[in-house]
Amino acid sequence: MTQDRQASGSPPIVHLSKLNKHYGELHVLKDIDLTVTPGEVVVIIGASGSGKSTLIRCVNGLEEFQQGELEVDGNTLLPNGKATKALQKIRTEVGMVFQQFNLFPHLSVLDNVVLAPMKVRGWDRDRAEATAQRLLARVGIGDQAGKYPSQLSGGQQQRVALARALAMEPRLMLFDEPTSALDPEMIGEVLDAMRELANEGMTMMIVTHEMGFAREVADRVIFIDKGRIAEQGRPEQIFDSPQQAPTQSFLSRVLKH
Amino acid sequence: MDVTFQFNWQAAFASLPHLVAGIPYTLLISFGGLAIGFFIGIVVGLLRISRTAWLRWPAIIYIEIFRGTPVLVQVLFIFYGLPQLLGGPINALVAGIAAIAVNSGAYISEIVRGGVQSIERGQSEAGLSLGLSRGQAFRYVIWPQAFRRMIPPLGNQGIISIKDTSLFSVIGVGELVRQGQIYIATTFTALEVYLMVALLYLVITLSLSLALRLLERKGLVGQ
Repeated sequence: MTQDRQASGSPPIVHLSKLNKHYGELHVLKDIDLTVTPGEVVVIIGASGSGKSTLIRCVNGLEEFQQGELEVDGNTLLPNGKATKALQKIRTEVGMVFQQFNLFPHLSVLDNVVLAPMKVRGWDRDRAEATAQRLLARVGIGDQAGKYPSQLSGGQQQRVALARALAMEPRLMLFDEPTSALDPEMIGEVLDAMRELANEGMTMMIVTHEMGFAREVADRVIFIDKGRIAEQGRPEQIFDSPQQAPTQSFLSRVLKH
Repeated sequence: MDVTFQFNWQAAFASLPHLVAGIPYTLLISFGGLAIGFFIGIVVGLLRISRTAWLRWPAIIYIEIFRGTPVLVQVLFIFYGLPQLLGGPINALVAGIAAIAVNSGAYISEIVRGGVQSIERGQSEAGLSLGLSRGQAFRYVIWPQAFRRMIPPLGNQGIISIKDTSLFSVIGVGELVRQGQIYIATTFTALEVYLMVALLYLVITLSLSLALRLLERKGLVGQ
């Protein structure tokens, strides 16, 4: 599938080449080359501290990088945080869901969702609310629009966060461990919403520890080890017959239980 | 010496009309100064957390100077010192308001800084990831949350500044303490009058506490 999509010739939506990131002495990302085509679902796995979250945070400029090139939807980001115009455009077109939800606690669920479409896209309130209500209904919380985030469960909050990101009609969605902060019984509802999104053809980059979900939804799985892409391929390829020693050892640890 | 001194309630109540005349000055200096101080606090507090050194340093210097020197010295400097520079006298009321403004401004800067920095990083990241500019993320996401957390320390500062105005009797503004001193000078009823003065301060500060508590309760919706 991945190969088919790449062969179809549509221009990539994300293109990273020789991307390097340092935190002071620490070399977090090493020569990352990565291309994502529209409609592709890429799942990034790896041990904690391997740099996988940092990688997707570079894609929407929440992290700067020091060397290399990053292009998202035709906008080029330069090393060391230059090109703020392009950054703004990228963030407008790229949605993100965070591990800690990061809903705005002082705003109602509805206002969380309409804020960016109104302030960034310039929609009027009627249009923004109509979109918000439709998205909230779609993720199964249409009846909670008037509540505040603190009145919702973790799973509900994360689905609001998803609706909030989708309200901007993004071309690409980033997920940074979206279920890691959830109680086990709420993980399923969030993964369901993401699965549905993937089935609708959304381009997604997902950092997760949910290996079953990765196997089922991913077009491509990327394994990151110590800041480097150690291996990538179809999910069955990576999970059933990993070629590299670090991949084998990581999977044997996480799949054992 | 009268060892069988009795508290003279009549004298206490008789002083009230004179003392109350000082309340408008006390309120004007306090709230006038605090309003300007709040404005200074927002500007300096935000400069204080700027990532640009030449914006941050003036803010740090301002805060250290006006937080590190007594408000009494500040008002004496403004009222007696500045006229030597300006070549003309400064109205005592203006000097009082200015002293509260620069002094509370320094403290409020730190309150603003603390409030803004207490908001989790994820909040501004969420705002930015939605395409909001830094300014928009601050205005719609960070500031409303920070302001709620600032209400209790701002209340503290308000009460402190109200009490600080009592020092300004030294420059002759007719505020509460000054009115009391004038009254005592002719009646020799210090015990009664200063008790009344103290009670009037309490009325003002308790009203402010109550108002802030209501504001805080209202602000807690959605947290």
